[in-house]
Amino acid sequence: MEVEQLQRSFLEYIAALFREGFLDGQFSQLQLLQDESNPDFVVEVVSLFFEDSERLLNDLTKALDQQNVDFKRIDAHVHQLKGSSSSIGAHRVKNACITFRNFCDERNVEACLRCLQEVKQEYLLAKTKLEALFRLEQQIVAAGGAIPILDEFS
Amino acid sequence: MNLLHVIGFGLKVGHLLLLLCCWFLSLFSLNWFSNEGIMTTKDGFLGDRGQIWMKLWGHISECGCKIHHHYSQYIGSWKVGKNWWRRLLVAWIVFGIIVSFSVFWYMKLQAAEKRKETLASMCDERARMLQDQFNVSMNHIQAMSVMISIFYHDKNPAAIDQRTFERYTERTAFERPLTSGVAYAVRVLHSEREQFEKLQGWTIKRMDKVVQTPVHEDEYDPADLEPSPVQEEYVPVIFAQDTVAHVISVDMLSGEEDRENVLRARESGKGVLTAPFRLLKTNRLGVILTFAVYKRDLPPSVTPAERIQAIAGYLGGIFDIESLVEKLLQQLASKQTILVNVYDTTNFSHPIGMYGSNASSDGMHHVSGLNFGDPFRKHEMHCRFKQKPPWPWVAISTSVGILIISLLVGQIFHATMNRIAKVEDDYHEMMGLKKRAEAADVAKSQFLATVSHEIRTPMNGVLGMLHMLMDTELDETQQDYVRTARESGKALVSLINEVLDQAKIESGKLELEAVCFDLRGILDGVLSLSGKSQDKKVELAVYVSNKIPATLVGDPGRFRQIVTNLVGNSIKFTDKGHIFVTVHLVEEVAELEVETGSTLSGLPVVDRRLSWAGFRTFNQEGIHASSASSFPDQVHIIVSVEDTGHGIPVEAQSRVFNPFMQVGPSITRTHGGTGIGLSISKCLVHLMKGEIGLASSPQIGSTFTFTAVFTNGCSGFNDQMSQQVNNETISISSEFQGMRALLVDPNPVRAKVSQYHVERLGIQVKIVPNLNLGLSSLSSRKKTFNMILIEEEIWDEDSGMSVLFHNSVRMMNLMVVPRMLLLSNSTSSSRSSSSASGVPTPFVVTKPLRASMLAASLQRAMGVGNRGNHRNGELHMLSLRNLLHGRKILVVDDNPVNLRVAAGALKKYGADVVNAERGKEAISLLTPPHQIDACFMDIQMPEMDGFEATKRIRDIESSVNVRIQRGELAVEAYENVSNWHVPILAMTADVIHATSEECVRCGMDGYVSKPFEAEQLYREVSRFFHAVTDEDT
Repeated sequence: MEVEQLQRSFLEYIAALFREGFLDGQFSQLQLLQDESNPDFVVEVVSLFFEDSERLLNDLTKALDQQNVDFKRIDAHVHQLKGSSSSIGAHRVKNACITFRNFCDERNVEACLRCLQEVKQEYLLAKTKLEALFRLEQQIVAAGGAIPILDEFS
Repeated sequence: MNLLHVIGFGLKVGHLLLLLCCWFLSLFSLNWFSNEGIMTTKDGFLGDRGQIWMKLWGHISECGCKIHHHYSQYIGSWKVGKNWWRRLLVAWIVFGIIVSFSVFWYMKLQAAEKRKETLASMCDERARMLQDQFNVSMNHIQAMSVMISIFYHDKNPAAIDQRTFERYTERTAFERPLTSGVAYAVRVLHSEREQFEKLQGWTIKRMDKVVQTPVHEDEYDPADLEPSPVQEEYVPVIFAQDTVAHVISVDMLSGEEDRENVLRARESGKGVLTAPFRLLKTNRLGVILTFAVYKRDLPPSVTPAERIQAIAGYLGGIFDIESLVEKLLQQLASKQTILVNVYDTTNFSHPIGMYGSNASSDGMHHVSGLNFGDPFRKHEMHCRFKQKPPWPWVAISTSVGILIISLLVGQIFHATMNRIAKVEDDYHEMMGLKKRAEAADVAKSQFLATVSHEIRTPMNGVLGMLHMLMDTELDETQQDYVRTARESGKALVSLINEVLDQAKIESGKLELEAVCFDLRGILDGVLSLSGKSQDKKVELAVYVSNKIPATLVGDPGRFRQIVTNLVGNSIKFTDKGHIFVTVHLVEEVAELEVETGSTLSGLPVVDRRLSWAGFRTFNQEGIHASSASSFPDQVHIIVSVEDTGHGIPVEAQSRVFNPFMQVGPSITRTHGGTGIGLSISKCLVHLMKGEIGLASSPQIGSTFTFTAVFTNGCSGFNDQMSQQVNNETISISSEFQGMRALLVDPNPVRAKVSQYHVERLGIQVKIVPNLNLGLSSLSSRKKTFNMILIEEEIWDEDSGMSVLFHNSVRMMNLMVVPRMLLLSNSTSSSRSSSSASGVPTPFVVTKPLRASMLAASLQRAMGVGNRGNHRNGELHMLSLRNLLHGRKILVVDDNPVNLRVAAGALKKYGADVVNAERGKEAISLLTPPHQIDACFMDIQMPEMDGFEATKRIRDIESSVNVRIQRGELAVEAYENVSNWHVPILAMTADVIHATSEECVRCGMDGYVSKPFEAEQLYREVSRFFHAVTDEDT
């Protein structure tokens, strides 16, 4: 019973994540890639994403702090962040990155700083949400249940 | 060039003359014809002649036109010296003016000459007459002198006295019309004076005083004269005519003129004239003729001194010159009155006027000499015209005429040249316009192509994104919106393709390829595509004659396009009934029997033979037959698309093949579309050496028919293509080979179609029109049937019969229990209702029938195979797994997350993934020899992007290949691969910009969008791996 409830809340939670645009189809694709041979694939990828993103965000913060802002470098960083976020399906982070890159093209430091803040915020949001999701997953696994898969995104 | 000019000028002048001639000729002939025309009514012969003349004239004018045309072309080709003719024109006008003036002068001179001659002749005539008359008078006076000599001097006493003389002279005055009087004076010596005066009774008087003080005639009195002073000798007048009686007793020697006269007369012995002087009393100009009278008859050879000695007296006659000439002129009065002056020119420098007014001597005058018998005195007659010479009208009009003609010629020339210049200019302008129009056309086509291409690229992005959007979480409405957007996008892309096709066709750039293809498979494809989007109650069917070879060589894509256009068109306009595509050989069609009354859906259709009534192929049967025999490889097929739609109004039928032309604006509103499809179809059909036509009648339907020429046999082409095409069908058909089927269908046409499809799978078909006959043929036990195919119509018609049939088949206890299959138009709701009513539902095969679908249905029904029934994506996934299993694939991405995801996805399909984070790493991994089967490479990477890395890899590969070929490197060391080329696929999130051209340019083999899409991945990967796959499976 507890497992079922957990599973339901997991489904509701993930559905909410999709609905609110934190995640997109790519995340379900990731989930599909996870199978017996590769049981922790999603967690692995997502934690890789967290590491990479934190590094990139740090780099970005430093780069924007400098006197002469190297937009080319910032653009490369944002591009990378955008790539990884879209790879794991972190939809809102990706969107924030797209806006960021536009301002980057305009060489607008003010807007870039604003965007950086936004991206950071989105990233933290996504991070918390995903971590919560993984916790739920762990709970389900701990309770001996199987992680349900959302059909409509398969 | 000069020579050319001269020739050109000659041509022009010749043409001008020709034109003038033509013009005159036309004027005359037209006049003549108009006269002739009146006569024609009476006289047919003349009319004929007129016609002949008309023809001749037509010929001439035609010739003129031709010449004009020719030489204007010829001259038009010169570019140099455009203004030479202007100079020529000016020269011509100057020439004309000169000619006219010279003619004027010449004629004027002629006239003056003539006038002069006239004057001379008149003058001479007058002078001669004057001379003659004068001579007559002079002779008479001479005769008188002889008379006086005889009767006065030789007689003693004298026989003549004053009275006798007076009477005589009076009565003979008519003889001397020019003399106003005659007088006789005798010589008196001073010694004899007294005696003489006494004898005569008057004294000798002197004259000079009188002359010096001329007095009025009335007052003149000889008595007033002074007696003559003492002289050596005197010559007093003794006799005088009455008119000059006043001179009696006057001494002639006292008058200066007379004295000189007298002296000369006695010396010469001839008549002597005085200079003209004013006559006494009359005061008119006159001359006195004096003759000497001698005492004895003198021989001609006497000296003047002897003559003086012998002198007796002098006879003088007074000539009144003025009246004399006047009288003469009155006699000779003519139209052209002339003024006559007579001069005494003895003293040349001071001519003395004898007659005529002293008018100014300007203008033309003629001088005629006068000889009055006195050698000492010279006289001249000067004649002048009284009037000034009249205006030389003839000369003026002639010269003006010449001037006008030359100006007219100049005008014609000018007009002609202007026209030529204008035509030339127009021609050049036209050429320019033509060039511009052509350029505009090219630009238009280019613009169309560019714009279409430019639209297509972002549209691909839009469609891709929409596709991705469909995979995201969407509710029903959103799904619907996205689907609609996607459909619209696809429609737009297909429209753009059509426009692009149209542009290509218009610019003649469209070329057909020649590859092997399966015509039946293509028609199946068209049907499945058309059938998918169709939910109307319309039956779609295709029938291909079994005489059509299995594979043909041609352009399958374009063939599909034509058929799709026609079928799509039919679907658009058909709400009920059927759409039926038939393919036959052209040779076959002629022998086809008419299917009377029976059609696919039972609705009436247009006689399809009307649609090819206009085809050349059928009109020239003989030619066609010969062409078919000369090219045995050629396959002439004829395709008909028959529908039971609205039909096309007769007046619109001729327009349907024009681009952007639909039947009417209302149709466009109802059904949309550009109407470009049929036009493209027509062009394509023409490219396939075929023809297209239609037959249609409103509310019944339309039939479009086209022919096409393909080549038979694929021997020249690699069989792989055809294998690929047919692979599926063939493999499936082998499963059903040798099976038998019973087809229950009352409609022969529909049965034929069903039979065609079923027989394609290798199943033999027997057709029966109803279930009863079906039962009987089943029970005949001669043959076994593996399946019974029943039309839905029959099954639903009588549920009792259906149940009976179903049960009877079960009860029959056959060796092979046949499976019952229902051929249904659609998976409609009627099925569920019938199943509810207790009638057993056999397996349903949904129409339109086509080989692959039918095979799949039969497989399921017969349990031959368990495959199929997969959803599309899963199918791809499965195939992907097949393709990628065990492959060693290198994934290059600088982004660890992306790398991980891509690797995970590929691993999922069973691939062995090698990761690389840098381009350089990838290069080192891909430097031969290696065992990597494929590489997925991110394009945007720091340090070295995907394009650059690919280029380097390709460079390395080619150098290795060259060295292996040269034998510098051992093949064995390179895995026995002599031609290294690892497939590299670009990975990009940027669907829009990742055009395949860009990838290909860098040596890449394709591209996939970054979040892997199974379908796209499969499409790309299958290009490299399918050959191996065949071996594996």
